[in-house]
Amino acid sequence: MNDIMVDVKDVTIRFNLANQKVDNLKEYFIKLLKKELMFQEFLAVQNVSFQVKRGEAWALIGTNGSGKSTMLKAISGILKPYKGSITVNGKIAPLIELGAGFDGNMTARENIFLNGCLLGHSEKYMAEHFDEIVDFAELWKFLDSPIKNYSSGMRARLGFAIATMVRPDILIVDEVLAVGDVKFRKKCQQRMNEMLGHGTTLLFVSHSMEDVLDLCDHAIWLDKGKARMSGEVQKVCDAYLQAQGIK
Amino acid sequence: MEKFKIRLQIFLAYKDLLKQLVAKDLKLKYRRSFLGYVWSVLNPLLVMIVMAIVFSTMFSRNIENFPVYLFCGQILFNYMTQSTNQAMNSINGNASLLKKTYVPKYIFTFAKITSGLVDLIFSMGALVIVMLATRAHFSWHFLLFPFVLVQLYGFCLGLGMFLAQANVFFRDIQYIYNAVTTAWLYLTPIFYPMDMLPDNLLWLIKHFNPMYFYIGQFRDIIYYNKIPGNMIILAGCGAAFIMLFIGTYTFLRNQDNFILYI
Repeated sequence: MNDIMVDVKDVTIRFNLANQKVDNLKEYFIKLLKKELMFQEFLAVQNVSFQVKRGEAWALIGTNGSGKSTMLKAISGILKPYKGSITVNGKIAPLIELGAGFDGNMTARENIFLNGCLLGHSEKYMAEHFDEIVDFAELWKFLDSPIKNYSSGMRARLGFAIATMVRPDILIVDEVLAVGDVKFRKKCQQRMNEMLGHGTTLLFVSHSMEDVLDLCDHAIWLDKGKARMSGEVQKVCDAYLQAQGIK
Repeated sequence: MEKFKIRLQIFLAYKDLLKQLVAKDLKLKYRRSFLGYVWSVLNPLLVMIVMAIVFSTMFSRNIENFPVYLFCGQILFNYMTQSTNQAMNSINGNASLLKKTYVPKYIFTFAKITSGLVDLIFSMGALVIVMLATRAHFSWHFLLFPFVLVQLYGFCLGLGMFLAQANVFFRDIQYIYNAVTTAWLYLTPIFYPMDMLPDNLLWLIKHFNPMYFYIGQFRDIIYYNKIPGNMIILAGCGAAFIMLFIGTYTFLRNQDNFILYI
């Protein structure tokens, strides 16, 4: 068995700022004629390397715009790195921003299947885990009403239940937990601790140092796209807080 | 070859998603309406009745059983415009999802074209009703219709993928495409007889309008009860193949950049 779940090697991610402003043909041709289509480079992540082993929980910390989410996107395959390589062994489940994958007009029952398939599972697999998901979300009563009538808390429960019930090898959580109420956050953390116990690898982005220290054992500190420090969570967090002038 | 094998594996892993998305489109279209799926047949039928009444006063002298003639062209052309229009927005419309999770992006485009095809098959039900009502002649040629639909499906899939990727980078493509389809509608012999056209225009349409290839074949088997000619079959398959190639090529080449624009 290969024990390195995520291997990030010298990764650089580049955006072209100039290009992103032009989104229609008219402007494109005007800029082309005026010769304004230059390349304005922006490196969101520069030369970052780290390795995540099975069962480890890594936190990505840093100020806003330091490239944490970009890094996670690259790991889940949404973005391609410009330089370097990312190797992932195992199945990734991103905890989609609560309810982003839901269709409001469909019932919860239909949405469970749709969402599961979006995460790359088969219908058969979802049918097998269906009861488990509804049990965790405690939504038996509302199973056949359209999701648009759900409260945001109910949506959140359902979203979390689907993402975590399917036991991914790697769970990616990007500042989602801050949304829910206290009880929900507790339940989620319990669930994540349980998953960590079963050997799931966690990649976690949060600005709450409490959550980070509670859930994670390693951390990497990104600063303006560069890795400032990585290693044991307590040390990295202390250094980070010190640099922010909080401690 | 190796790359192709991996792509195929990914597609197979997500084939249930395709099924779910198609089912979603069909379910949502007529949900909460009293007649439900009956609308899929009723809707084209009603539009058809209106068009038949309007145009039969203009062209009916030249065309025998005008409603069936019209309907054959109408349902194929409608399928093409509706499915490609929806496919064009399939990437932008799912932006929030594509930003958050990895899904093969073409699945959304694929799903739109496929759910359109299912709708088209419902419309075939309406066609049968019209044929019965006008006492049209049924022959075994009718059963050849899947052969035409496969070609058209391939063509629409290619066109849909091309438009979807173009629309990510240039949002005004949709307005341009609207004008294009309107011109295309009038340049396709749907509600007028072929021989009404001047010779040079007829030649152009017969050689360069892909929709003519499909509607021509479809009419041959359903309206004229004969097997389509070799040339038109070849042209239809060729157009589908070329469009599919262009669509797939542009889509795959640009799909890694979608995320920066959606």
